Amino acid sequence: MEAAAMNWTVAVPEIALALCAMAILIFGVLRRQDATFLCTMLSLGALLLTGVLVIGGQTGAGFGGQFTADAFSAFVKLLILSGSAFALLLSLDYNEREGLARFEYPVLVLLATTGMMVMASATNLMTLYLGLELQSLALYVLAAFARDTLRSSEAGLKYFVLGALASGLLLYGISLAYGFSGTMDFAQIARILASPAHASAGLVVGLVFILAGLAFKVSAVPFHMWTPDVYEGAPTPVTALFGTAPKVAAMALILRVMIGPFGHLLPHWQLLIVLVSIASMLLGSLAAIGQNNIKRLMAYSSIGHMGYALIGLAAGTHAGVRGVLVYLVVYVFMNLGTFACIIAMRRQGRQVENISDLAGLARTDPGLALAMAAFMFSMAGIPPLSGFFGKLYVFLAAVQAGLWTLAVIGVLTSVVGAYYYLRVVKIMYFDEAQPAFDKRGASLSFVAASTGLFTLLFFIFPAPFVGAAEAAARVLFG
Amino acid sequence: MIYAIAVFAPLFGSLIAGLLGPFIGDRAAQAAAIIGMVIAAICGPLALFMLVAFDTAPSGVVSLGTWIDVGRFHVDWALRYDALSATMVGMVSFVAMLIHVYSVGYMGHEHRPKYRFFAYLSLFTFSMLMLVTADNLLQLFFGWEGVGLCSYLLIGYWYDRPSACAAAIKAMIVNRIGDLAFAVGIALVFFKFNSIEFPSIFASIGLHQADTYDLFGTSFPAFEVIGFLLFIGAMGKSAQIGLHVWLPDAMEGPTPVSALIHAATMVTAGVFLMARMSPLMEFAPTALAFVTIIGGTTALFAATIGCTQTDIKRVIAYSTCSQLGYMFVAAGVGAYQVSIFHLITHAFFKALLFLSAGSVIHAMSDEQDMRRMGGIWRKIPITYTVMWAGSLALAGIFPFAGYYSKDAILEAAYAAGGVGYYGWICGVLAAFLTAFYSWRLLIMTFHGAPRADKHVMAHVHESPLVMTGPLMVLAVGALVAGFLLKPDFIGEYWPEYWGLSIFNGPDNHVLHAMEELPGWVGLLPLLVGLAGIAMAYWWYMFQPGIPAAMAARFPAVYRFLLNKWYFDELYNWLFVQPAIKLARGLWQVGDAGIIDGMPNGVASLAADGSRQAVKLQTGSLALYAFVMLIGVVALLTIFLMFG
Repeated sequence: MEAAAMNWTVAVPEIALALCAMAILIFGVLRRQDATFLCTMLSLGALLLTGVLVIGGQTGAGFGGQFTADAFSAFVKLLILSGSAFALLLSLDYNEREGLARFEYPVLVLLATTGMMVMASATNLMTLYLGLELQSLALYVLAAFARDTLRSSEAGLKYFVLGALASGLLLYGISLAYGFSGTMDFAQIARILASPAHASAGLVVGLVFILAGLAFKVSAVPFHMWTPDVYEGAPTPVTALFGTAPKVAAMALILRVMIGPFGHLLPHWQLLIVLVSIASMLLGSLAAIGQNNIKRLMAYSSIGHMGYALIGLAAGTHAGVRGVLVYLVVYVFMNLGTFACIIAMRRQGRQVENISDLAGLARTDPGLALAMAAFMFSMAGIPPLSGFFGKLYVFLAAVQAGLWTLAVIGVLTSVVGAYYYLRVVKIMYFDEAQPAFDKRGASLSFVAASTGLFTLLFFIFPAPFVGAAEAAARVLFG
Repeated sequence: MIYAIAVFAPLFGSLIAGLLGPFIGDRAAQAAAIIGMVIAAICGPLALFMLVAFDTAPSGVVSLGTWIDVGRFHVDWALRYDALSATMVGMVSFVAMLIHVYSVGYMGHEHRPKYRFFAYLSLFTFSMLMLVTADNLLQLFFGWEGVGLCSYLLIGYWYDRPSACAAAIKAMIVNRIGDLAFAVGIALVFFKFNSIEFPSIFASIGLHQADTYDLFGTSFPAFEVIGFLLFIGAMGKSAQIGLHVWLPDAMEGPTPVSALIHAATMVTAGVFLMARMSPLMEFAPTALAFVTIIGGTTALFAATIGCTQTDIKRVIAYSTCSQLGYMFVAAGVGAYQVSIFHLITHAFFKALLFLSAGSVIHAMSDEQDMRRMGGIWRKIPITYTVMWAGSLALAGIFPFAGYYSKDAILEAAYAAGGVGYYGWICGVLAAFLTAFYSWRLLIMTFHGAPRADKHVMAHVHESPLVMTGPLMVLAVGALVAGFLLKPDFIGEYWPEYWGLSIFNGPDNHVLHAMEELPGWVGLLPLLVGLAGIAMAYWWYMFQPGIPAAMAARFPAVYRFLLNKWYFDELYNWLFVQPAIKLARGLWQVGDAGIIDGMPNGVASLAADGSRQAVKLQTGSLALYAFVMLIGVVALLTIFLMFG
């Protein structure tokens, strides 16, 4: 990584996406009226284009080693792009009906996505921070996008304040790491830490702060406090976005940082990840039991899911990283599908969010109920749905790495989790029917159906995903 | 070869009837079972005949292959071919065949599919044959459990009757107690002899005579312990006092079942076991004395109960119990040959009695209570006649079969002396009672004024030939079996007949001593038998008021006997109720409280945890930030301390 070469072509997808975002912004501003639909479509096109560029893109290090495109980043980026694209699709119908149809929305999503992609490619603490902030700033605005509703602005403000705090922690950690190692480059740090003598207290303290900053983004316990409030308050498509693409980006970043520069400290940080993972699984499964609001339920659910994903990291092995990546794929699609169903919960022009509103859905809308049931079963980890395989790979890695406690707790909390997932199914299928929901937009049906099929049929074709995750994981272990 | 056919033909009959029964229909299933039995009934006696009449067929073992071969534990499937086994095979196959034929008629009115009945019956026969031909204790145990299972299935054959189900379960459970002791005995045999194959056990008896078995710090002679355990097993199967409670209830099954299983064959398995294990039992004198005492007590005790029962089948059931007691008396004094002799003659006349009772029940439209019978002897003359034959044999009246065998048992008991005297006294008293209740049964059933209602009386009819045929054959057996078999079994030829299959210890001269008893000993049983008959006539025919008067005069005695010595009540209080209480406790405390309680507790724990977990989620931004900082500090602390 000594090469000081610019080699900017490795960043072509990000550059293209950023340019598209700006172009669409200009287009929207000039067009003034009725620009939203068009901008959204253009944005989807931009995401698609970026995806193509990622697939066909160059690999290698650029910008003097600050930015790297490799199999790992490509895998993560494609997942981020699909997450963003589906989340954007979900917003179409919702924003229209809620009076939020403004062209800035897709632009912000594109900018956030650009930030996430930079995160996925970051091989320098500075790049890491850059991508993270670009993503975060756009997301803060998105959280408060329904600026006229109290809950949304509150959510945006909370997210911003706490996010700023997390950024501060992260920056402090970065500065400690730089101060005690003299470099921000991942590879250099790794080289320094290869000899245990260099693992100074300052450096490891810096590591904890960096970890805290990143853990905030994946809403791992104890940095999860913002999640339920923001999930509930933010407009639902934004929540859907929060639950998917940024989580992927942040988790990828954690993987790269912990395995890459700080990989040699595995015996030291393993306990931290184990504790954070256990705490997340426990809180995610326990706190969700008492929830009535389905968005809050999903917030706790995502906390729990991040706990499961962290199991793979805790294993610290190639199989563990592969497990995390597979878990993320599975998680993104079933989460998007669930939010498609939640956005479809609209009665007499108003969004309803209580779990009890789903009562008797099986009779009023069997298709939607079936999709929702599939997602719930999958989240509970019931075979042969995709959620089962996600858990299978991380538990497998944990067992192989000898982390029996973690695997056992994971299984036990899955049992608790199954309760509230299955409760949703029970309410839909066995409770007294409520009035039917409003007719939903085609985009929702599309998202629910496609992600539902993915969830249902994953067990038939897991090989390409597992194979790609395998290849991506191999990159981190050089 | 013939021998193996005799054993396996019933199995094939059973499989065809049981597995194909639903498809080929009842008639075909019956035919298959009966063909299998007929083949067995030809081959079985033939094999016996070849063994004893010609020396061409060497006694030995028909090997069928290895069953278990684990370390030192080696068990083969094999048929033992010696006089004892062959005798049993001949008797079992022949009697079972007759009962199969009889069943065709008896079950004729059954409206449900009958293939199940015949499949069970044949399977039972196969199991019994496996039991008696076993060449090792495990195969014997296989047959032992097989007959127990079939007994359970057949007692509960009318599964929609709660009383039948209860009786079936009772038989199963009571037998388990004996079987447990038996299984432990087998284990102990293996422990001491390193083998459970009869040839190697019997060959090394001499080496182990001084062996002891240490239990609770006391040393017991190993043979005594084994002998006791095996006998407790025999007590369960052969319904000896204490473990007899299942046998009277087993009469809930169809009558042919009672005849085959609970009179002629299965219940005699315990007696057979004593004879089979005679090489070992001979060196367990204490256990043998115990056998004599239990046998004598049972003989008398069951006979007293038989005098008060009113259910025709129960009377015969108690008489079975009593006769089995006789057989154990003989086995206990070392006269195994005599016990087997009585076993064989008893099989004929007891099967005959049961089947005749079945014929009566059949004629009386399923009435079993003797108080509602009477006055039917002219209407069913064949049944009446054969019942007389059976009763004469049972009471031991010359020249019927029972006369020879029962006489021999009492002589053996007297000749053995010591504890044998106890057996002899019980036996003589029981002989009197036996004759008394047999004629009480005859008179109440057939004579006097009809006590059934008109409809029933109008329908009284003689059974068809398919039922009376076997009855007549058995009646002939009850008449001639005694004097035909005596010379070979216990008379002058017994050493040649039994060969090495039954072992008598060097000091055991009981079979010779029997010959030199004073004349009155041999005559006494016949005299008390006649006295019993006379008393029955006096009480029930000529002065019918006496029984009621006696019952009123001695109410305590009468109730004690009527309630079967209160064994059922005692067991109910001693075992059943505590077991139910224990089960209830385990259910309510163990299952509902702990096993259910733990998940419920965990669930409410989770619900509590949920409430606690969301408590911090107040919406306060400052609190959230504080939690994050605390989190960082905590992680740092952990990292620096443990990392």
